[in-house]
Amino acid sequence: MNEHRLHLLVCAGTGCVACGSFKIRKELEKEIVKQGLQDEVKVVATECQGFCEGGPIVIVQPDGIFYQRLAAADIPNLVTEHLLKGKPVKKLMYTPSRQEPPVPKMMDIGFFKHQRLVVLKNRGRLNPENIDEYIGFDGYQAFEKALARMDPEEIIFEVKKSGLRGRGGAGFPTGTKWEMCRNARGSIKYIVCNGDEGDPGAFMDRSVLEADPHTVIEGMLIGARAMGAEKGFIYVRSEYPLALKQLNIALEQAEAYGLVGRNILGTDFSFTIEVFPGAGAFVCGEETALLASIEGRVGRPRTRPPYPVEKGLWDKPTCINNVETWANVPNIILRGADWFSSIGTETSKGTKIFSLVGKINNTGLVEVPMGISLREIIFDIGGGIAKGKNFKAVQTGGPSGGCIPGELLDLPIDYESLTRAGSIMGSGGMIVMDEDTCMVDLARYFLKFTVEESCGKCTPCRVGTRHLVELLDKICEGDGEEGDLERLEFLANTVKSTSLCGLGQTAPNPVLTTIKYFRDEYNAHIKEKMCPALICKALIEFRVIQEKCTGCQRCVSVCPTGAITGPRAQPHNLDKSKCIKCRACYEICKFDAIAGDAIKIISMEEQES
Amino acid sequence: MRKLKIGDLEKISEKVRKTSSLRQGKARAKVTIHMGTCGIAAGARKVLTALMEATEKAKLKDIIVTTSGCAGLCSSEPMVTLDIAGEPPIKYVKLTPEKIEKILKEHIINGNILKKYALAIGNERTH
Repeated sequence: MNEHRLHLLVCAGTGCVACGSFKIRKELEKEIVKQGLQDEVKVVATECQGFCEGGPIVIVQPDGIFYQRLAAADIPNLVTEHLLKGKPVKKLMYTPSRQEPPVPKMMDIGFFKHQRLVVLKNRGRLNPENIDEYIGFDGYQAFEKALARMDPEEIIFEVKKSGLRGRGGAGFPTGTKWEMCRNARGSIKYIVCNGDEGDPGAFMDRSVLEADPHTVIEGMLIGARAMGAEKGFIYVRSEYPLALKQLNIALEQAEAYGLVGRNILGTDFSFTIEVFPGAGAFVCGEETALLASIEGRVGRPRTRPPYPVEKGLWDKPTCINNVETWANVPNIILRGADWFSSIGTETSKGTKIFSLVGKINNTGLVEVPMGISLREIIFDIGGGIAKGKNFKAVQTGGPSGGCIPGELLDLPIDYESLTRAGSIMGSGGMIVMDEDTCMVDLARYFLKFTVEESCGKCTPCRVGTRHLVELLDKICEGDGEEGDLERLEFLANTVKSTSLCGLGQTAPNPVLTTIKYFRDEYNAHIKEKMCPALICKALIEFRVIQEKCTGCQRCVSVCPTGAITGPRAQPHNLDKSKCIKCRACYEICKFDAIAGDAIKIISMEEQES
Repeated sequence: MRKLKIGDLEKISEKVRKTSSLRQGKARAKVTIHMGTCGIAAGARKVLTALMEATEKAKLKDIIVTTSGCAGLCSSEPMVTLDIAGEPPIKYVKLTPEKIEKILKEHIINGNILKKYALAIGNERTH
């Protein structure tokens, strides 16, 4: 704060942005330079100040003067009178009411305060069934600019310069992919949007397609212009009926306006889009399987090279990108690559949307700049672990990703650092786990998913994942043997390095990361036949600790089989023959009077006695 | 709807801003019910129906009831954002048909914020 004499805080809350605060900020910066004040006055963007009714708001500090409802025409006079001469312009001023609002401001709520909206900038404010509302928020301006005032090469240059990387998870540089598609041989090219989103727990793409489908259509129009494509497909899984509905409505309205179709905006540029629903296969999120599906063939991947940009749909050059990738494009074209690349880290530019789920207080959709730490997302935005429990691990990247433990919570979110930790960015699913999660059982859960979804084409995945599940089942049932852990590791690494496609290549990640960070838990299962988290039913028995039980009967009321009995105010008893190990009593007891013991240990004691 | 030409988008944008703005338009208040799959699963349709019925019953002509997609904080659904001319927007969360009727009566008609149902006032931050 020492270098500049004055700071101008320009509100970047969605309300003020909708009233034009970005334009005001640009005008201010321009005028300040024009009047030679750039070394004395600094312009800074802030979060919503809560005075949305008066937007665009600018606050001059340290004077504490609020300006409201500013228009571009007001700026030169404001700069001359207040910033240069020191005379605030009364008629533009706003006096906030002395009375403190009884309700917290959005910027006081951790969940909203730490997010930075780019792709989701219209969220909560836009009716997706009315294209005019999208246009009212500068919709399709980026496309008009790309069509009327930019060359295809310029567009690709801008996307490359922005540093945008594929948001589907692999993180391939988008501009490079576009350039490769443009330069590929052949005059017929295709654009595809991958909206299959198969990861359990991930709903970023669904939310974008439901709430703001035009962002994707506009991104694809810009891409088509840049790469020379005339036909595009949006592949959306059938399990997303609302997304399909909103997308179809949006497309119909865009076509009615002539924004999609032949001779768009009165030019000789034509581009049509077809919405293609999936048929329930996780593997069709893999690009080559997806393209096979569109062609009417069975959804099975093939070897690459050749990559789709060279030979894709019907052997023609095809650029396939994820929903979030496409939705970023209009912002890059409208506000520039320099603006986009100012967000994020050196290698991972822009923002990323995550679906924050699991044992967390604030479940929902978060958009954050790359480089933010996991700790900030989970504790500041997520509000910490639900029910006051302790954090154990966070799974990123769904069944293709890995578990990240507490000691790595300060890891910045970017493609490289997540990969180094053994996980992946993935599409953005972020599942938070607490002390009640068994990491071996978790690895088993994800592997059971991938076994079901394996297309069966290559042996490592088809057979290897099945054996991984069998080994994990064996361990969770208490039949783990010496050497099983090493067998798991060897098999996992083999499947990872020899599978044909991304499904098999990443399916072992949950196993490998849980072994890496929670080896002790595996050893407890294998050697001591114990499940420390008290989840694996075959390994635990519950009993009442008589000395701690106060006889409050809470457990009695939740036990589904009547296994716990006892009169009020007297220590209760647990009948093991009726117990189904549902943990209801364990979770409800406030006195820590329910204990879970390892079964095998007890039976050995019983044998000895 | 007619086919647009270069330059038409700007005109539509200006027109939309004017008519949808509570400052310049004819409506006094706007209620946006967030209806992403999360909201719908939590019961937003019932809230929407209750609100529309209550608005009609109270014969309010200057209220806009509209919908949008998910507002982000899925664990607090059903959620609405209430914009009243001259005030910052307010988010009401964990709603039921009963609560939205109370909000219509207490806040929209009588002008008193119902703090116990409210999450926050203001907007999110765009980068």
